[in-house]
Amino acid sequence: MNWLVEFPELGRGDLRDLRKGIDEGFKSFTRTYGESIEGFFDPLLHFLIGLEKLLLATPWPLFILIVCALGWLASRSIKIVIGTAISFYLIGLLGMWEDTMSTVSIIVVSTLVCIGLGLPIGILMSRSNRAQALVTPILDVMQTIPSFVYLIPVVMMLGIGKVPGLIAVVIYALPPMIRLTNLGIRLVDKEVLEAADAFGASAWQKLWQVQVPLALPNIFAGVNQTIMMSLAMVVIASMIGVTGLGQPVLKAISNQYLAMGLLNGLAIVALAIIFDRISQSYGKRLQSYRGGHNE
Amino acid sequence: MSDPQTKIEIRNLYKIFGETPELMLEKVGQGVSKDTLNDEFNHVLGLHDINMKIPEKGIQVVMGLSGSGKSTLIRHINRLIEPTAGEILVDGENVMDMRPDALRDFRRNRASMVFQKFALLPHRTVLENTQYGLEIQGISEKESKKRACHWIERVGLSGYEENYPTQLSGGMQQRVGLARALATDADILLMDEAFSALDPLIRTDMQNILLDLQQELHKTIVFITHDLEEALRIGDQIAILRDGKVVQQGTPERIVLKPKDDYIADFTKDINRGRVIKLKTIMSAPNDQAGPELSGDMLVEDAAQLVTESPSSQGRVVDADGVVVGCVTIQDLIRAMARPNIESRLEEL
Repeated sequence: MNWLVEFPELGRGDLRDLRKGIDEGFKSFTRTYGESIEGFFDPLLHFLIGLEKLLLATPWPLFILIVCALGWLASRSIKIVIGTAISFYLIGLLGMWEDTMSTVSIIVVSTLVCIGLGLPIGILMSRSNRAQALVTPILDVMQTIPSFVYLIPVVMMLGIGKVPGLIAVVIYALPPMIRLTNLGIRLVDKEVLEAADAFGASAWQKLWQVQVPLALPNIFAGVNQTIMMSLAMVVIASMIGVTGLGQPVLKAISNQYLAMGLLNGLAIVALAIIFDRISQSYGKRLQSYRGGHNE
Repeated sequence: MSDPQTKIEIRNLYKIFGETPELMLEKVGQGVSKDTLNDEFNHVLGLHDINMKIPEKGIQVVMGLSGSGKSTLIRHINRLIEPTAGEILVDGENVMDMRPDALRDFRRNRASMVFQKFALLPHRTVLENTQYGLEIQGISEKESKKRACHWIERVGLSGYEENYPTQLSGGMQQRVGLARALATDADILLMDEAFSALDPLIRTDMQNILLDLQQELHKTIVFITHDLEEALRIGDQIAILRDGKVVQQGTPERIVLKPKDDYIADFTKDINRGRVIKLKTIMSAPNDQAGPELSGDMLVEDAAQLVTESPSSQGRVVDADGVVVGCVTIQDLIRAMARPNIESRLEEL
């Protein structure tokens, strides 16, 4: 009865061959297409580098002013604006300005990429149950697979640098954007949709005049989640060469620099809180019409 | 106004809800009942061989209790629901044969709709909601704003243009729904229990607004309701629906005076008949007695007051040209208003 106790696993040689086969296959794929794939991401790289340079070239008072102005436009809350100004001032004072600018630029780019990909995919999912059944398991994988695992093929293909880091961040931060877009559109009141049909709206008119506007609070919750998750990914992304606040943290871990790790970690937290409060209060203002009486 | 033209004609319309409606249609043709279909085959017979002719420029009421299929029926007219079998002819054209773009065109320009729960766009102001149909038609912003403002004023909402629907009461929201539907200039207005969600007083208000507007607009209105009072008040024609079948069609007076079966009689027995029956229906041959001159279209209830005050206790019924065509006595009026079947009611006591 030996076969009951011992699992009938593949032989050692077979397993080695299997792994080797997969590795070799991927390597040859990389050798053949690696360069064209890199070329495909070139515009993104230029955009990212350009933005980073722009942020660094901007005089610091102007940067703080612009961020505060954006914060005011989005949230109309003086508390948030003052908190933003103080946080950035402290970050600069403590010598983390440059790293923060790098992090802000990669967050901005990855969020834009996530919106650009997530919105259409989410809309597609909301329109077809088949698409939903197809995409949902992929999203589950993206959200649960340890990030280190997908870093391996990305690095094999594109090497170490900003673009593979960006891809890793996007893989991690994209699912909530897709899910909440899909959810938001599916939750739109059936009666309002029937009214749109009754007035002869085309599918396109219905999407942009009714479904997307009414799903906007949910879509915006997706954007907020995406930003938060990109920030959470900053440290891991720094392992494959993304500059920014993650690198000092990484250095601090390997050398046991407590203060350095703490300060840079707190800077990430500060960014997260600022982005979160601004985007959330904007999301809330988007649905002020639901509240009843004027704001 | 001689014989009014038929605007909408519904022919042999069937709707069966379920997995295999076509198969079930054969069974219904073989005489399988609604209950059997439901219990044994798990299909719901929504509409059963509906035939109706809806005249132009009048208000056709479709009345029935919940589950009678009235909301399903009205959604067939603009094809929000696809039928299992049958035809709906609007101006002689079969809506069921329309291709998608023709159907969209039909919904944009020829039939607009008012909904029970208003179905306004919550993220748009009153003005923007009223412009919605025009926007879909592709009319310029300036023109659509002008037209929308006109209709907002007509339904009595001036000054609320910039409010959001959630800031308005139910009655006001439905005024927006009405303005939105009227703004498209469609000559068919489909109203699905449009006033059912409103308080009784507001409902009467809205009925008055609708009747006032209809006086000059002369739209073809299909009005769904579960409320017989409302049906009798605004309907030129009434069709009573039960279990997906039309049980009786006719003028309000006919429904009240000649209910076709016990079901309808039961419905109408608590109705204020004086508000439905017209003098020309109950008048007798003219005589020489003096009395106030009354129009043949006057309601019995309105005449009762005038006739009571006349010394002869009788009124003279005249036609549009002022010629005396009949007379009504106070007894006639009371008889018309009294509940039928007094004997049976006495027995109940």
